[in-house]
Amino acid sequence: MKLELRGITKRFGSLVANDHIDLTVEAGEIHCLLGENGAGKSTLMNVLYGLYQADEGEVLLDDQVQHFAGPGDAMAAHIGMVHQHFMLIPVFTVAENVMLGHEETKLGGRLDLPAARAKVREISERFGFDVDPDALVDDLPVGVQQRVEIIKALSRDAKVLVFDEPTAVLTPQETDELMGIMRQLKQTGTSIVFITHKLREVREVADRITVIRLGKVVGEASPTATNAELASLMVGRAVELTVHKEEPTLGDAALQVQGLTVIDPIGQLVVNDVSFEVRRGEILAIAGVQGNGQTELTEALLGLQPRVQGSIRIDGIELGSSSVKRILDAGVGFVPEDRTEDGLVGEFTIAENLMLDRSDGAPFVRGGSIQRGALADFARDKVKEFDVRTQGIDSKVRQLSGGNQQKVVLARELSRDLRLLVAAQPTRGVDVGSIEFIHKRIVETRDSGVPVVVVSTELDEVVALADRIMVMYRGRIVGIVPGDTPRDVLGLMMAGEHPAEGAAA
Amino acid sequence: MSDPRQPDAVGPTGSSKADLDADIAIEEPGAVSPETEGAEEDARATAGGAVAAQPTDVPPPSRWHSTLHQITTGNAIISVLAVLLALLVGAIMIAFTDERVQEASGYFFARPGDTFLAIWESVSGAYSALFQGSVYNFRRDDFISGIRPLTETLTFATPLIAGGLGVGLAFRVGMFNIGGRGQMLIAASVAGWLAFGFDLPWGIHMLVALLGGLIGGALWAGIAGALKARTGAHEVIVTIMLNYVAFYLVSWMLRTPGLLQAPGSSNPKTPAMKETAIFPALLGPQFNLHFGFILVVVATVIVWWILSRSSLGFRFRAVGENPNAARVAGINVPSMYIYAMLISGALLGLAGVSQVLGTVTTGFTAGIDAGIGFDAITVALLGRSTPWGIFIAGILFGAFKAGGFSMQAAEGVPIEIVLVVQSLIVLFIAAPPLVRTIFRLPDPASPKRRPVPNVTQEVKAK
Amino acid sequence: MSTAVQHPAPAPQVVALDTTVVTSWKAPIAFAIFTLLAIALAVFAPQDGDTTFRLSTQSDVIQLPEITVPTMPTLWITIVLLALATAYSAMLVASKRRVPVWLVVVFAVLFMFGFLTWAASGAAIPVIGLLFGSLSLAVPLIYGSLAGVLGERVGVINIAIEGQLLAGAFTAAVVASITGQPILGLIAAMVAGMLVGMVLAAFAIKYFVDQVIVGVVLNVLVVGLTSFFFSQVLAPNAAALNTPPRFERLPIPVLSEIPIIGPVLFRQTLVVYLMYVAVALVYFGLFHTKWGLRLRAVGEHPQAADTVGIKVNRTRFWNVALAGAIAGLGGTFFTIGSGIAFNKEMTAGAGFIALAAVIFGQWDPIKATLAALLFGFASNLQNTLSVIGSPVPSEFMLMLPYVVTIFAVAGLVGKVRGPAAAGKPYIKS
Repeated sequence: MKLELRGITKRFGSLVANDHIDLTVEAGEIHCLLGENGAGKSTLMNVLYGLYQADEGEVLLDDQVQHFAGPGDAMAAHIGMVHQHFMLIPVFTVAENVMLGHEETKLGGRLDLPAARAKVREISERFGFDVDPDALVDDLPVGVQQRVEIIKALSRDAKVLVFDEPTAVLTPQETDELMGIMRQLKQTGTSIVFITHKLREVREVADRITVIRLGKVVGEASPTATNAELASLMVGRAVELTVHKEEPTLGDAALQVQGLTVIDPIGQLVVNDVSFEVRRGEILAIAGVQGNGQTELTEALLGLQPRVQGSIRIDGIELGSSSVKRILDAGVGFVPEDRTEDGLVGEFTIAENLMLDRSDGAPFVRGGSIQRGALADFARDKVKEFDVRTQGIDSKVRQLSGGNQQKVVLARELSRDLRLLVAAQPTRGVDVGSIEFIHKRIVETRDSGVPVVVVSTELDEVVALADRIMVMYRGRIVGIVPGDTPRDVLGLMMAGEHPAEGAAA
Repeated sequence: MSDPRQPDAVGPTGSSKADLDADIAIEEPGAVSPETEGAEEDARATAGGAVAAQPTDVPPPSRWHSTLHQITTGNAIISVLAVLLALLVGAIMIAFTDERVQEASGYFFARPGDTFLAIWESVSGAYSALFQGSVYNFRRDDFISGIRPLTETLTFATPLIAGGLGVGLAFRVGMFNIGGRGQMLIAASVAGWLAFGFDLPWGIHMLVALLGGLIGGALWAGIAGALKARTGAHEVIVTIMLNYVAFYLVSWMLRTPGLLQAPGSSNPKTPAMKETAIFPALLGPQFNLHFGFILVVVATVIVWWILSRSSLGFRFRAVGENPNAARVAGINVPSMYIYAMLISGALLGLAGVSQVLGTVTTGFTAGIDAGIGFDAITVALLGRSTPWGIFIAGILFGAFKAGGFSMQAAEGVPIEIVLVVQSLIVLFIAAPPLVRTIFRLPDPASPKRRPVPNVTQEVKAK
Repeated sequence: MSTAVQHPAPAPQVVALDTTVVTSWKAPIAFAIFTLLAIALAVFAPQDGDTTFRLSTQSDVIQLPEITVPTMPTLWITIVLLALATAYSAMLVASKRRVPVWLVVVFAVLFMFGFLTWAASGAAIPVIGLLFGSLSLAVPLIYGSLAGVLGERVGVINIAIEGQLLAGAFTAAVVASITGQPILGLIAAMVAGMLVGMVLAAFAIKYFVDQVIVGVVLNVLVVGLTSFFFSQVLAPNAAALNTPPRFERLPIPVLSEIPIIGPVLFRQTLVVYLMYVAVALVYFGLFHTKWGLRLRAVGEHPQAADTVGIKVNRTRFWNVALAGAIAGLGGTFFTIGSGIAFNKEMTAGAGFIALAAVIFGQWDPIKATLAALLFGFASNLQNTLSVIGSPVPSEFMLMLPYVVTIFAVAGLVGKVRGPAAAGKPYIKS
């Protein structure tokens, strides 16, 4: 089926998210939509899928103008979508998830589950998936959940399939498999819109590439374009893809983790007997696909996990079972993975957020009372030093952009006397300008002699920052390798395969 | 949330480095659409400035215009209109249930004027009784007896403010304390028992009874706080259940000789409080207003200081707004829940103590809470959980109470009308868009003069 | 590129993480406390004499014999059994296994039997009357908890059950008094409950007001409205407006003659029979129909439901309205269900106990019904014991359901997960 978007414009208040976007996807074509975070790709696809109503413009399928009042209409017109955050009900089975919204019923209104199971099996067989229709979605690994999403779309005879950032949660190997599935779908005549920001994937699979920036189409490119060409088109200027850093000047081992195990509420060992060291003036990057224990590991370092076994020592002091407060006071700086959830209080001002983890003592509190003058001076200094773009220190943090929010977190953590910095996904959802700034500050922290642990699911960030790389898979360490380890080796390690040359610590 | 329009995102495009076989990591998993912010009222009020600051083709509005915009979209006007709307509904109820109105409407088509006159008489009669019972009674000759209703209002407001502060403080820590009734009952029992069962010098006796009551209320609420902190039990359920437990416990003590029951009596009622423990009258014996009002003013100042100036309050608010971030920042969230419930319970305890040592000093029954524990919730909501807002809201509801009784006595309008008006006020205040729709006020989220139709509202309402 | 259809590698392998067993000592500790409590009763307040359990009423066709047991020996035997159960549960936990649900049930029944034996020493317990009364008192609780389950399953916390019950009781009394037809009163009650539900839904869904706050305020509003109209309109015209006819008892032939079960379950009024139907329908509907699947999807993950074309807010609105109607129906029990005139605040907190039953019953209609029955039993036990004379002050018996709920919320239910999106408004972004 041929899909055409003509002059789609979508505004949110005074913000124009999509500005007269034209896009044509021919039948049986894989069309990549490339753009930076916030460029308007997802908004455009939500318009296509009927979740948003466009202010101007129209959607055409096989040259027929469509009017979608909701996703139901879009699905009826054979548009399917594999969402970035899977739209699956965790407590339902695969079959229930697939049938939801177009249920078949038997006599007396009973759900026809056998029919739904048969449908799941039929589609699974067609594409060589191995999906049990009676498994609870919650129990399935993310890779399988994504296949359930694909089955869900195909069970409604999708002729146009939108993949919204599908590779963010996959290992490189799973990504390759997904590419294979896309090609297979293409051969059956399905049109595919593939939204991504990863240039290598685009070049591997795309038939055509459309680049969006700031809500506008800025150009089309062929898959033969170089990465640099695509990148500058996407960002609007030349992008520096590396971080300048000197050779590390290593000190003593400052962070020593020995036999660390974290148990989740249902008894799974989400971190399983992990041991490593980080030396002063060194960045250890923890790589791995999302959900392999990195989050729990960083939380355990900060004392946020309730069931932890093993030893964590900083400068020889045991902090394994200490409270968060004691660990912070011992000089651990922490940039959490999800800053709006764990790092900031959105309704608080910038100044208040800057004193969040020093709320009961010097320098901001004396005699139980907040020293407002001292806090304001401090906040003004930090806003300037970290280049936080804001109207003032009394602005609510909620109103800042992702990059500026992250700078507030970083400013708070780096302004304490640190003996260890733990930064989880430090540049997630952050614009390019802020990424460069944040990377620079992390390297500066290392150079000042502080041991740094960076957790990232983005290989590029890992490679750019790391002095050594530790790869985690299913709660265990696969290996700790030098910072210049080739990507394909890292990719295999992220899938759980041990490097042939053995772990060089 | 993330604003893609970074001012520095412009520059030369040609000068690229060597062809790096690299992906560019510039993504966010929750690729948030550049949607405008949440629907909260305050956010919009403040966001008004931000919207105006953005570059648009629209000329900046005149100062007078923005001032008017602020007033018509701000919180204050919504609160006033909510009170008006609720009074209007109350008026309709009074009119429709008035016998004279019903009579006159029987021949409405013959003489419609009679019906309107009857409606006017019933409503104006009721509301002027309400006013004269709560603010100033014009039918009295001298100022002293004329102003008496106002002092009654303050007397009624005393426990409402104390309770409202308790509920409001818990709100700010993200907790809903519906257990005001139980906390008041326990506090009143402890304070009452200390006040009638012991002989102590004047002043000290009062202090001991007061402290005993505060501790009683605090500990009773502390149960809910501790259970939430230790096991995650939802404080709404626990405090509701504790209300009933306290009620039956106090009922049992009231009918058990040797505990709270007055000696030689078979009624479930305590003896009168001893003179040494009773709150002194503030304006002399001819007025009921007692020392409790001073305590409540002090409590308001203390709560204000805690919430907006103290380190404890900072942690309270951090936990209330985002417990996850608070925990990551080293704040001990469970203890904040416990401290907050202790303070909240003590404030509701103050409400209970002011009842037994100030308002009803002749001995009390299990009905001593007089529904104040629940009224406190509406007071806190109307006051938007800010100490001075609660103070004003408490006085308003105190006036409704004082006036409600005189309305019932003078006009035969049941006092329950006050409950209806109060709950409607809170409902209207909680839903500013509803009030705006009724009065056709502009929406503060929308720019003042917009050249293109606004679709955000549609998306949200869907 | 080759034209052959490629088969990608099979799905990523499901490699389970290593696990360990997380055990909790809550159950053995609770068991031990209750066993000690029973021992304390036996030691400090021994009761001499015998206890009789009466299993039939005079009108029964099949008469069962009375059972008489000596009080103290029976109590001691029970205590031994309780201690054994406690030891067994401790052993299970020590060997890293979970305490099964049946053990908890057995323990509770044993404890209750021991307590009854002790409390009714020297008297006869009318078992039929006790159970019949329990069911009656549980009727509004069951309707209320069904309303609560539906609301939370679709994602709206319904604290206004109390208000819906009260509105139902009021409307039923007035309409039935005016028309003389209890069935019309029943319909009117459903409409009234539904209206309260709709207001709740409108404020929660359209204006994003905190659902707990709306619920609490609605309760106050309904109390105010019904009390105002009661004082102003009903009280002066009680004969015309507030003398509701009652539903007659309809014994079901044959079934009503089954020993014990018959007199308890099948000599009831229409309100109770409708309740059986409602429980069955809600259970079947929730878990086996399209309606239930969509309802639960909306309560668990509204965004996912939206992306498959389900109108989230519409689903929520109408189901909360339906829940209100069910609760309103439950309110009829207070007036036309029992033949009692309406009075101010006559529901007396039943809505809140129903809410407790929802949580206690883990958002499952059947379990919530059982929890409501348990609460009905506790309330009626107090009535029965105060008639036959008991050493426990009645206030403590009345407290029991609330104390049990606190324990349940703090101990057992703490780890059970409710519908994921309950209480959260769905704002399209």
